[in-house]
Amino acid sequence: MAISVKQVEQVAYLARLELTEQEKQIFTQQLTAILEYADKLNELDTEQVEPLHHILPIYNVMREDVVQPGPPREETLSNAPLVEDGQFKVPRII
Amino acid sequence: MDREYEIVVGLEVHVELKTATKIFCSCSTAFGAEPNTQVCPVCSGFPGALPVLNRQAVEYAIRTGLALNCEIAEVCKFDRKNYFYPDLPNAYQISQYDQPICKNGYLDINVDGKHSRIGIIRAHLEEDAGKLVHQGSITTTTYSLVNLNRCGVPLLEIVSQPDMRSGAEARAYLEKLRSICLFAGVSDCKMEEGSLRCDANVSVRPKGSSKLGTRVEIKNLNSFRSLERAIEYEARRQIEALEDGEELVQETRTWDEEKQVTRSMRSKEEAHDYRYFPDPDLPPLRIDREWVERVRASMPEMPDQAQQRLINTYGLSDYDANWLTSTPQTLEFFDETVKHYPDAKAVSNWMMGDFSRLLNQNNMEIADSKVTPQYLAEMLRLIEKGTISGKMAKTIFEEMFFTGKSPEEIIKEKGMQQISDQETLQKIIDEVVAGNPKVVEDYKNGKEKAFGFLVGQVMKATRGQANPALVNEILKERLMRE
Repeated sequence: MAISVKQVEQVAYLARLELTEQEKQIFTQQLTAILEYADKLNELDTEQVEPLHHILPIYNVMREDVVQPGPPREETLSNAPLVEDGQFKVPRII
Repeated sequence: MDREYEIVVGLEVHVELKTATKIFCSCSTAFGAEPNTQVCPVCSGFPGALPVLNRQAVEYAIRTGLALNCEIAEVCKFDRKNYFYPDLPNAYQISQYDQPICKNGYLDINVDGKHSRIGIIRAHLEEDAGKLVHQGSITTTTYSLVNLNRCGVPLLEIVSQPDMRSGAEARAYLEKLRSICLFAGVSDCKMEEGSLRCDANVSVRPKGSSKLGTRVEIKNLNSFRSLERAIEYEARRQIEALEDGEELVQETRTWDEEKQVTRSMRSKEEAHDYRYFPDPDLPPLRIDREWVERVRASMPEMPDQAQQRLINTYGLSDYDANWLTSTPQTLEFFDETVKHYPDAKAVSNWMMGDFSRLLNQNNMEIADSKVTPQYLAEMLRLIEKGTISGKMAKTIFEEMFFTGKSPEEIIKEKGMQQISDQETLQKIIDEVVAGNPKVVEDYKNGKEKAFGFLVGQVMKATRGQANPALVNEILKERLMRE
């Protein structure tokens, strides 16, 4: 299955990546190769096989509804480039 | 609304589940805390932090699903919904894509005597995003502040079928959904605090057509009233556009509460591509049938059952029964009052009348008022005995509502005892009759109004404390002797 440059541009846009023309060409080739490799799976008959949602055979990992204190606010905010009034300061987004 | 068109409405409702902790971490969900004080590495998206599902959130979802007549999935999983926004630190929201925990349910509504069953496509668990506060007005803002306290609070998104045909039906659906969630005890459902949020999908089509028209999603609906109005406005806008030969575009619009209009936010052409995929950090859920049955066995009386009970036991109208079952607190107050004063219709009238008016005027809930069912019952008994008039009762009720004093106490304090003493009234009536010979003459000449005037004079002389029924009786008898 081949993918087009246009699809690569779309995927890059969704990931907020800026690609040069040359990179677009490289990734188009590489992604096509990856998808072709994955296509091999289509040679198998999976009609009777349930889709796998998780690689480990475990279910129902849950915790009880009991509050635990988190780290102090200064720690939560310590990696933020800009902080105001105990909050993350970000560019306007409308 | 134009008779040639039909409105088609479906609602997407987000209900915040009232767990003590978030859905995937142990941070508190308490409302109104200082910004970013209920945050940890999981809900603020630190690399390597692992989410662990809150069992109570799953149980609440099962509870809601059962209350909405849904099938509860035997197996379901969580998926990542990918998009960038500053209130979403992971750059994905954990949600459920193709395997919701609940599906294929319904609820019943009644608008002006018309019963309709509204289908529920699905209800799925997901995490809430943080809160973004724009500095200044939305058009002039230069930056925003992010508070992640709400990030990770469990939500149940409930998606209806496009089964509603008017703003009033959509409102009835949302009100019913709210009372069901309140009775099931899964959410506070406070629209003003955002624990109940609603988006509406609205389209119109020629009557009789089964094809759906171009759909518009309306956001920012912050009250039942704005939901109803926004739908009515939007449908009218769409019909007018079609009549003018315009083509409608699929888009998202926001409700402008101030101007009472919907306005375009973005068109669906730039529609999101969320690239859902199963979240590898969360193993799937297998929901034991035994768990489901245990939850089912613990379900309390639901609004529909309670309504039926009120209609069958007390002969109340659909409307009254519906009103009394809007919240568990309302029903409990009613049931408790009726235990002490069995005239259900009188109790219901007082609750829907003065009680509800005072609650609305003061923006209060039943729990905030001081009046108790016992005192309301006591007051009703005093009206029945003729100790107080209906008019005095209004004053007494208001006093009970704010102070929690007993009716007896208030009557004593205000000297409000109704005058039902024959002799006393006889004397006052004699004076009134003697003092108004002309009016008495008018009455004898057949002027009905004259009688009312004389009654008014007696009431005035007794500062409203005379027993009106007795005054009528004595006065009539007295005038016959004139």
